[in-house]
Amino acid sequence: MMLQQVSAPHLRAGQSTEEIMLRVLLALVPGIIAMAHFFGAGVFTNIIGACIAAVLCESLCLRLRDRPLLLYLKDYSAVVTAVLLALALPPYSPWWLITIGTVAAIALAKHVFGGLGSNPFNPAMVGYVVLLISFPVQMTQWTAPSSLAANPGVWDSVLAMIGSEAYDAVTMATPLDLLKQNDGFMVSALWQQYPQFGRFSGVGWEWINLAFLAGGVWLLQQKIFTWHAPVGMLAVLGLMSALFYDGGSSSSGGSPLFHWLSGATMLGAFFIVTDPVSGATSNLGRLIFGALVGLLVYCIRVWGSYPDAVAFAVLLMNFAAPFIDYYTQPKPYGYQARDADK
Amino acid sequence: MIAEFAALLLATVLVNNFVLVQFLGLCPFMGVSNKVETAMGMSMATAFVLTLASGCSYLAYHFVLAPLNLEYLRTITFILVIAAVVQFTELLIRKTSPLLHRVLGVFLPLITTNCAVLGVALLNINKAHSFVESLWYGFGAALGFALVLVLFSAMRERLAAADVPAAFEGPAIGLIAAGLMSLAFMGFAGLV
Repeated sequence: MMLQQVSAPHLRAGQSTEEIMLRVLLALVPGIIAMAHFFGAGVFTNIIGACIAAVLCESLCLRLRDRPLLLYLKDYSAVVTAVLLALALPPYSPWWLITIGTVAAIALAKHVFGGLGSNPFNPAMVGYVVLLISFPVQMTQWTAPSSLAANPGVWDSVLAMIGSEAYDAVTMATPLDLLKQNDGFMVSALWQQYPQFGRFSGVGWEWINLAFLAGGVWLLQQKIFTWHAPVGMLAVLGLMSALFYDGGSSSSGGSPLFHWLSGATMLGAFFIVTDPVSGATSNLGRLIFGALVGLLVYCIRVWGSYPDAVAFAVLLMNFAAPFIDYYTQPKPYGYQARDADK
Repeated sequence: MIAEFAALLLATVLVNNFVLVQFLGLCPFMGVSNKVETAMGMSMATAFVLTLASGCSYLAYHFVLAPLNLEYLRTITFILVIAAVVQFTELLIRKTSPLLHRVLGVFLPLITTNCAVLGVALLNINKAHSFVESLWYGFGAALGFALVLVLFSAMRERLAAADVPAAFEGPAIGLIAAGLMSLAFMGFAGLV
């Protein structure tokens, strides 16, 4: 066993992992409420299912690795991963889908690499991408927002989760799907044609994104993360969509507001890109990391074959993060003078 | 014209990346990715050899094998061509730039066994690329190889310090990380 060496400033930050994770969960609440308002009880069954699977899987992994159970379960990192994954899944997902995703996230993406703090990829996003590639049909069926079709009730969502055949929900293409499959319509014509579009982006989606934005801003104010990564991502995403907006013509990629308030943009910008483990570590590095995530999100959304791209963009940049760190290491204090001698 | 070549480059570097999407050249990808510096040296050497070898094998196929109706000998011919190009590169670098030779030294002979080099030469024939396209395809493949090799080496330096369970240490965790990266690269599908 290696003895841990703690280097000089022995000041305590005053924030434990447990505290940070609890605040992240709290900041997710407005977004969860908004999602539940528009997509119904299926959001909660997703979250409950994922949390149970995550805690069980985490316990099993800790047991296999001979680590103290309570100490690690108490840091709530598994629960945060589970909630993030559950929010990314379509509401009313069956239990096996949730379980496979959670196991991929907790076991494959986290514990195999040495547990929390060593995982090079964001666990929730690994779980999501594994599911998206393995079960594309189940992963792309989004329920219609409540203002367009009645959502299934609580009992129906439980039935949906245990995979009962009796249950049927109204699914609709999401606004990002519609814009991607658009051929030959002006953006304004598209807006009139489909009821899924709202004021700026999709019905419901704009409020969900605003709610996640509110939670994210609160976390920023609490100094859980710095502004660099989210601002970098949103700025480049906005810049790209402004450049290719094309005045709303039939080949338009959508307006900046549409991209900011669609799909997983805000959830990604404030809860995924800011992951302190799998992202870049210096402030400059975070800015670059976020900016490139924004660029990739736009490119894959508009020119790739997947309608939303936050998960892929984040994984691709997780891959590049150690290299970004390699070139953006801040100079140690007092290093300047010796550097000038060279 | 320019758009076509840009699309070909984007396709070879990202969408059909030789290592993470087509699974070619995995031996150097796992073998020389322990340090960033060595990975960079290997990338540069591979880029040079790959571009040159894809051009040479194009010439060998279209001006020697095809006129003699010996197309079925292309695999063995290309292996020979690649080995010759590697030897030539080593001689050239040793005489012209001893410094570069010292940096690349060990990696040059290794490139002979890089299946991505042979893969590019054979794919060029299959896809009926022209001479310039062959060179460009080879360069794009090398660029894609370099990109993932260097990024992967930075990640492996970090993994070396991680508390990985004993069963997964070393190449095992490297392959798992590479698999997850390959998963992420599926996001590029359909870009070109």
